[in-house]
Amino acid sequence: MDQMLGYFLYFLSLLTVGGIYAMLALGLNVQWGFAGLFNVGIAGFAAVGAYTYAILTTAGSTFHLGGFGLPLAFGGIVAMLLAGLISGLIGVICIRLRADYLAIATIGIAEIIKLILKNETDITNGPRGINKIPRAWEHLSEERFYTSAPMSWFNDAQGWEALFDSLPNWWWQPMFTLTVLLFVFIIYRMLERARLSPWGRMMTAIRENEDAAQAAGKDVTRRRIEAFVIGAVIMGLAGAFFAQHLRLIDPTNTFDPAKMTFLVWVMLIAGGSGNNRGAILGAFLIWTIWSSSELMIDGTIKLLVASFDTLDAGILKSRAGYLRMLLIGLILQFILQRYPSGILPESRPAATDKRT
Amino acid sequence: MWDSFAFEFVNFYLVPGIVLGCIYALGAIGITLTFGILRFANFAHGEIMMTGSYLTWTFSALVGSVFGWALHPLIAAIPAIVVAIFISLLVDRYFYKPFRNSPTIMIVIASFGMMLVIRSAVQTLWGPNQITFVKGIAKPNAWVQEVSNNAELLLLIPNKHFWIMAGTLIITLGLAYLLGQTRIGKAMRAVSDSPELAQATGIDVEAVIRATWVVGGFCAVMAGVFMAMDTQFIETTMGFRMLLPMFAAAILGGIGKPFGAVVGGLVIGLAEELSAYPWIGDAPLISPGYKTGVAFTIMVIMLIVRPSGLFKGRTF
Repeated sequence: MDQMLGYFLYFLSLLTVGGIYAMLALGLNVQWGFAGLFNVGIAGFAAVGAYTYAILTTAGSTFHLGGFGLPLAFGGIVAMLLAGLISGLIGVICIRLRADYLAIATIGIAEIIKLILKNETDITNGPRGINKIPRAWEHLSEERFYTSAPMSWFNDAQGWEALFDSLPNWWWQPMFTLTVLLFVFIIYRMLERARLSPWGRMMTAIRENEDAAQAAGKDVTRRRIEAFVIGAVIMGLAGAFFAQHLRLIDPTNTFDPAKMTFLVWVMLIAGGSGNNRGAILGAFLIWTIWSSSELMIDGTIKLLVASFDTLDAGILKSRAGYLRMLLIGLILQFILQRYPSGILPESRPAATDKRT
Repeated sequence: MWDSFAFEFVNFYLVPGIVLGCIYALGAIGITLTFGILRFANFAHGEIMMTGSYLTWTFSALVGSVFGWALHPLIAAIPAIVVAIFISLLVDRYFYKPFRNSPTIMIVIASFGMMLVIRSAVQTLWGPNQITFVKGIAKPNAWVQEVSNNAELLLLIPNKHFWIMAGTLIITLGLAYLLGQTRIGKAMRAVSDSPELAQATGIDVEAVIRATWVVGGFCAVMAGVFMAMDTQFIETTMGFRMLLPMFAAAILGGIGKPFGAVVGGLVIGLAEELSAYPWIGDAPLISPGYKTGVAFTIMVIMLIVRPSGLFKGRTF
């Protein structure tokens, strides 16, 4: 029974992180799939969201700025706004550049954000990062939440304590997973709406033939900045959820461009760029491959160490992580060459007017 | 005549800046050539650099353990250059060539992927930890110290810095000869200026592309080895750390202009080191933690103000 519960919780955490990656992939889909903007600074925007959320919602701390202890939803909203604001500034400066230059610029922005997070120790606690980040649902069982409004209206501290004691200690996990998936669904519905709207068609037109779109009177630069900002806002929200999932974030390991930016790109390209469903499918698929390969490699290492006692399990394990990255990289190359439009290729909304 | 400020400025900011600039310059040559000739930003370039320095370390360690000789890194770099060029050509053949007629962004994605593939391959084989490249503390060159001290212009420059500066100068002169005098060099410049016209005049574009990888790979490995000689250690993220300054140098000098890239590299290297000099008051002008930001800022300003670079490079 305990083992079944363990599998269940593992599955839920797989779904949670898969959902967060799906958000990132959807955000990238707006930028790359819709508008053809090559953003390789995903980790930077997610980091802005995560740190904003963390600083605003954690309890007061001497290690970093704040902990302002504000409501979680407020932290999430500001995380989105700040990621959007920064992307807007970058957009105004860099959006007119050719795709290659935009790629260099965004990778640079992500590095600068990392430098700021690392060096401004008064605000971010530097390389040691921020911990005790409140996680949605689980935070309800923290004293500072159930002793204050609105929870204190319904029950007193003893009553809440008794309630949380009666629940199994993982009660929040299914709720948190569902929350993440709900947000993925909401974002998906909104983006589908955007894709089928005149705005979405115009984005495709700009991506496919900029000159023609411009000749038709479309404000190309402005629309591109819009797509860039919308994508970054979604990435900021994903970063806030990532901070909740991990509860401890630091600038280098959590937001490693290899694990974040690169994996999201593989997800979008595998799933099908331009297709929102493809982005979600790719995210869950690649995340499942990524996590299950960890289990498989662990098993192989155990077998190897058992059969050759000269091998050191620790070294093998650290090397195997990089081997995994190597394989994901080769998967990307394979998809790029053989199936450049991904599993679910982009489908354009029909051009005919329904009223006629 | 050599007050303590000037002494500090020259020895601890100016000379290291030039040395760093030389390293960036060599790296940027490869970036600007591939950008000019193959027309894409090669994100995997820094990783070739890093792989080259790992191979150099491996060859000198191998020779050291088998024959007991302590090879100079520049000699151990020769086989490393051959292997790194071979890797570059293989990567081009299997991962970039299929996209020659696709939109360039496909090749950029492919090179972005190769960046991770090459780095994780090195991390799998050699492990993720730092490796000491040269042991011990580099002492300043005694002869230069004595002569300059007698002239009351005390210079503390270790031998490794002389190697790096002289090496960069020789490679730049060699490149000038290659591009200006040889047939393949002229063909490279022709393709960089106009690929269609070059093809129409009967230039073998594929041969030019191979030559580009050879020259770029050679310069990249030399930059990597010089970097390793300077910092005395190698790590798997060194290529990625260098990527942004190298792009900045290539854009500053003008895309497709190798000598622009050399000048750009020197400017970026100097700017990074000099930004930490206490120009106003006692504190560094810009905290050393933000050095990378300097290169980036120069690059963004350049892209806005003059995207063709200092030397009228190609704009896309």
